[in-house]
Amino acid sequence: MVNEKDKVMAKQPKVIILRTAGTNCNEETAFAFKSCGAAVDQVHINKLLDGEVNLKDYHILAIPGGFSYGDDIESGRILANELRLKLGEPLSKFIGEGKLIIGICNGFQVLVRSGILPGALNELEEKNYAFTQKVTLTNNDSAKFEDRWIHLKVSGNSVWTQGVKDIVYFPVAHGEGKFVVKDEMILKRLKDNGQIVFRYVAASGHASQYPDNPNGSMENIAGITDRTGRILGLMPHPERHFLFTQHPFWTRLENKTKLGDGAKIFQNGVDYVKQHLLKDKSTLVASVLS
Amino acid sequence: MIWRVEIRQRQGIFDSLGEGIQKSIQELGLSGIEKVEVTLVYNLEGDLAEKDIKKVCEELLADKVTHHFFYTTNLNPPASQENKNLHIIEIAYNPGVMDPVETSTIKGINDLGIKGTQSVRTAKNYRLYGRIPDSELNLIVDKILSNKLIQHRVNPDASQKTLAITTSETKFTLIVVNLIEANDKELTELSKKGQLFLNLNEMKTIQRYFKKLGRNPTDCELETIAQTWSEHCYHKTFRSTISYKYTEGGKKKSRIIKNLFKSTIVKATKDIDPSWCVSIFHDNAGVIKFDNDDHVCFKVETHNHPSALEPFGGANTGMGGVIRDILGTGLGAKPICSTDIFCFAPPNMSFDDLPPGTLHPLRIMKGVVSGVRDYGNKMGIPTVNGAILFDHRFVGNPLVYCGNVGLIPKDKVIKKVKKGDLVVVVGGRTGRDGIHGATFSSGELTTESEVVSSGAVQIGNPIEEKKVLDALLQARDKNLYSAITDCGAGGLSSAVGEMGKDLGARVNLEKVPLKYKGLNYTEIWISESQERMVLSVPTKSIDQLLEVFADENVEATVIGEFTGTGRLELFYNDTQVCDLDMAFLHDGIPQVTKQAEWHEPKLKSPRIPQANDLAEKLLEVLSHYNVCSKEWVIRQYDHEVQGGGVIKPLVGVNCDGPSDASVIRPKLNSLKGLAVSNGINFRYGMIDPFWMAASCIDEAIRQIIAVGGNVERIAILDNFCWGNPDKPDRLGSLVRCAEGCYKAAVGYGVPFISGKDSLYNEYTEGSESIAIPGTILISALGIIDNVEKTITMDFKKAGNLIYVIGQTFDELGGSIYLDTFDFVGTTVPKVDTKRGLKTFAVLHKVCQSGLIQAMHDCSEGGLAVALAEMAFAGGLGVKADLKNVPYKDKDKRDDTILFSESNSRFIVEVAPKDQKKFETMMKGVVFGLIGRIETTPEFLVHGLNDQVCLKTNIMDLKEAWQKPLRF
Repeated sequence: MVNEKDKVMAKQPKVIILRTAGTNCNEETAFAFKSCGAAVDQVHINKLLDGEVNLKDYHILAIPGGFSYGDDIESGRILANELRLKLGEPLSKFIGEGKLIIGICNGFQVLVRSGILPGALNELEEKNYAFTQKVTLTNNDSAKFEDRWIHLKVSGNSVWTQGVKDIVYFPVAHGEGKFVVKDEMILKRLKDNGQIVFRYVAASGHASQYPDNPNGSMENIAGITDRTGRILGLMPHPERHFLFTQHPFWTRLENKTKLGDGAKIFQNGVDYVKQHLLKDKSTLVASVLS
Repeated sequence: MIWRVEIRQRQGIFDSLGEGIQKSIQELGLSGIEKVEVTLVYNLEGDLAEKDIKKVCEELLADKVTHHFFYTTNLNPPASQENKNLHIIEIAYNPGVMDPVETSTIKGINDLGIKGTQSVRTAKNYRLYGRIPDSELNLIVDKILSNKLIQHRVNPDASQKTLAITTSETKFTLIVVNLIEANDKELTELSKKGQLFLNLNEMKTIQRYFKKLGRNPTDCELETIAQTWSEHCYHKTFRSTISYKYTEGGKKKSRIIKNLFKSTIVKATKDIDPSWCVSIFHDNAGVIKFDNDDHVCFKVETHNHPSALEPFGGANTGMGGVIRDILGTGLGAKPICSTDIFCFAPPNMSFDDLPPGTLHPLRIMKGVVSGVRDYGNKMGIPTVNGAILFDHRFVGNPLVYCGNVGLIPKDKVIKKVKKGDLVVVVGGRTGRDGIHGATFSSGELTTESEVVSSGAVQIGNPIEEKKVLDALLQARDKNLYSAITDCGAGGLSSAVGEMGKDLGARVNLEKVPLKYKGLNYTEIWISESQERMVLSVPTKSIDQLLEVFADENVEATVIGEFTGTGRLELFYNDTQVCDLDMAFLHDGIPQVTKQAEWHEPKLKSPRIPQANDLAEKLLEVLSHYNVCSKEWVIRQYDHEVQGGGVIKPLVGVNCDGPSDASVIRPKLNSLKGLAVSNGINFRYGMIDPFWMAASCIDEAIRQIIAVGGNVERIAILDNFCWGNPDKPDRLGSLVRCAEGCYKAAVGYGVPFISGKDSLYNEYTEGSESIAIPGTILISALGIIDNVEKTITMDFKKAGNLIYVIGQTFDELGGSIYLDTFDFVGTTVPKVDTKRGLKTFAVLHKVCQSGLIQAMHDCSEGGLAVALAEMAFAGGLGVKADLKNVPYKDKDKRDDTILFSESNSRFIVEVAPKDQKKFETMMKGVVFGLIGRIETTPEFLVHGLNDQVCLKTNIMDLKEAWQKPLRF
């Protein structure tokens, strides 16, 4: 059994999509990774807790959107605690081995509340890094859940955003997405380290306000990474703009490509694994859905 | 020990919840409150030391960035400080009302390694700053902060000893009802007192049955019969014999209708006999073919009565219920999208006009929308389609339709309970919630309903249902059960009764997992606690099935067996509490003959002067509540989860135009899609319910045609919401409506595959009875072969040509235009299915050949509204000429052409280079080239006399359309 898994791991990037009560964007996230050439398992957290499935058998951990445990108490809080308290060790190892993590929407909330993001902000912290929460995602200023498409300006230096267009168009669908930091120092570090990778902007690319910034996030922050750029969390849903027919006005567009803005993000993750973790140069940059 | 924990926002952190409440207070017309702060309260009981509580606060309950916390053993909320103008109000759920946060919190505490928590109760504490009299404060508590059916204001001086629900184990006593010796008066009294809603004739039939047995029934037996025979479960009206008197062409006529349902709705489908319908009318939802591997199923339910009393809970559980319908179709389908349609009283209604005991329509609307949002979003099912209509007669009886579509593998459509299978209940636990829901919805509401039927109100737990969904589909694919039914109205009684109809069943009620102690056997049997399903499981598969559910943390319990005796046998421990013949239970209901009458209403033919400024009129029509933008609602629903959205509810260059049908691709690796739409317009029914039905069918179909759909692959559902059918005029209009359904469905070859009715939508206030306008909802589901060929309604490019397709008549009856003059009118829009069918078929072909850039159907507000919507959705102007609109009637006027709501019409955008090809393909269909799309934002229409009759711009049009419901 183990040998089989090792064999697959040697050839194909393996993605684990973590599931629990209330997870709900797992299917479309799996579709995105599969379309980019990854082998995907959607795994209930119970299986990780009882040891039936091991994190070490995967290259990418994806925590998808949804309402884990109903977002009771606070969005993502209970799942974040489970990860931190019950899977802290395998997670630290996973991160330490240079593997990738992506958290989308509820997944981002989980990463932030568990302290996996933004992670250590300098080398000193890195040495004995304990998962502690430094930033948060709180109630939208509008005090309501909203589903709308927004523009994002891409910056920073993350493996996930390599070659992604300057401005991408994704939907957001959340009630608790307002990014807030604990203090100014943390914000400064995030900026200095290039950890801010997505900012809400107007279609023109300029900084803007509601509804372009749909939740009132500080400095229009929509997504951040850890210091290495390998762990990405964002409120918008790239997996919901994987196909061009997901674009809200694709019927108006002249150039109907087959793929949406989000595809490149998943492709980047899969390609990075091939290049850096599998050292497989031959199959580099598989074309999505070819 | 009990701890009280308070979680507050830190200084400088924006309190959006408080801000939202302050806004609601202002909307109520109260100005004294300057600021509102919201504090979350957790009361924790158990063996918890102070260090434990501190840890729970730091690591679980409070956010490190935005919150700070306090904990104390003094359980009382702080008192108001009147001198400082600080009013403190704490609202908590009533005991027994489901609060999912409580279970999550216990799990969260256990995860921290702190054991010993026994119970958790949450509350919300509101600090209101400002000078405000007590009377207004009470108004805020009643109208905004709480609903007394499920919540209460915490008394700051009360001392609490325990948080647990203090129902104790009741001593078992078998209750036998003295029925066989009762006289007529006593029988009627028994039905009323027991909230059975059975009429005398039915009570007598039951009496005869037990006389023959020589014994009296137990309360449980009587409840089981009442629930099975309720209007809600048995649909007595549609199945009864109806003596129908009506006038036709001035002549009085009458006839006997044997079974209204079979002779109209079912007959239509039988007459059409489509090969692609897989399962119709006998399962939870209708099933039609989708592709080589899967079928799709569709169901729309109503949840009117509960939503009238507790809007959030009512809509919430309505949504949960219809999703369970889909989960319980065949061997279980995967829910892929939802549709929700509501009718409310106008949101600007004055509080003084509200009948006693009713909630304000704005509050109902906000609550209902939140209820749908909460359930749909948390289940991860996109809400892609809907409608909201307004009329003052919905004040006591709002209509809440919840619909769901599911995808089901072809080999999972048939279910069959086998003798010896185990009865397994899965999902949520059983509590005292919703007792008498089925029978309650089969009667009229009164001012006292709020008090008497509060047990019928409950709140859902979507995450529990999501867990059930996750586990269920795995068990289905492993073939671990032979049949499934949801627990809806009537609870276990209905589910087990239905599944064991042919074979019989034995259930041990003490095995049913309970939320709290103290339920007696009858309560367990008829409780309508949410998120439960019943499975029939072969003994050989039971262990594996229990394991699948355990893996997803879902409770699954064997409670009995399907026996083969043909009897319903219930036990509580060793005592038998019910022994009924299934045949009597399901077929023993006495047939009744109901009286129905329909006569054309005496309505005035209005003579209205043509307004000088039709632009003003168009703005007014666009601002009509029934026409205006519902963006505020749509955005609160996650309409894109699952990633299948192709045509979303909001389209156009700024994602804010109103699309026709919504299109999804349920399998992301396939181009095959589904279009979902609805047709509803009670205003036509005020003139003639027959043409209301036909128009609604036409509307539902043409919305699918407008996105490129194929009329040969559309299935529809009927949902009748009516007043009291025991009154001949209400029943007469219902008959007339059902006949319109038959006529139009057969004419279009579009079959009904499922449906539902909700009757008794009347509100009795003293001696006066307010009935809702009889309302039919037609929901449609179309199969789309290639989603990449679908089209949207927004104008695409300046210079392109604008065509009107279809004939316009003088059909202003029931129109929005006449409503702006406070008229109903008489000339109701009719449907010519022969002509309509040709139009639909040809348009589908033209779409497939790629010649259409944009298409929109003409519905409420007619051609003018359709044209305006297409223009502002595309951000482009229009120049049009009414002379070229194909019009066929005597009274030829600009306003009639612009605002008439004739059926089977569309506006279509075509590129000039395609003009010839398009016009050739359209041969045989009535159409007119009426204008051109312009770059300038001007909206210019020339009238019949060649003069400009309407001049405005798309910004003003859009603003008029967006403003009314922009909260």
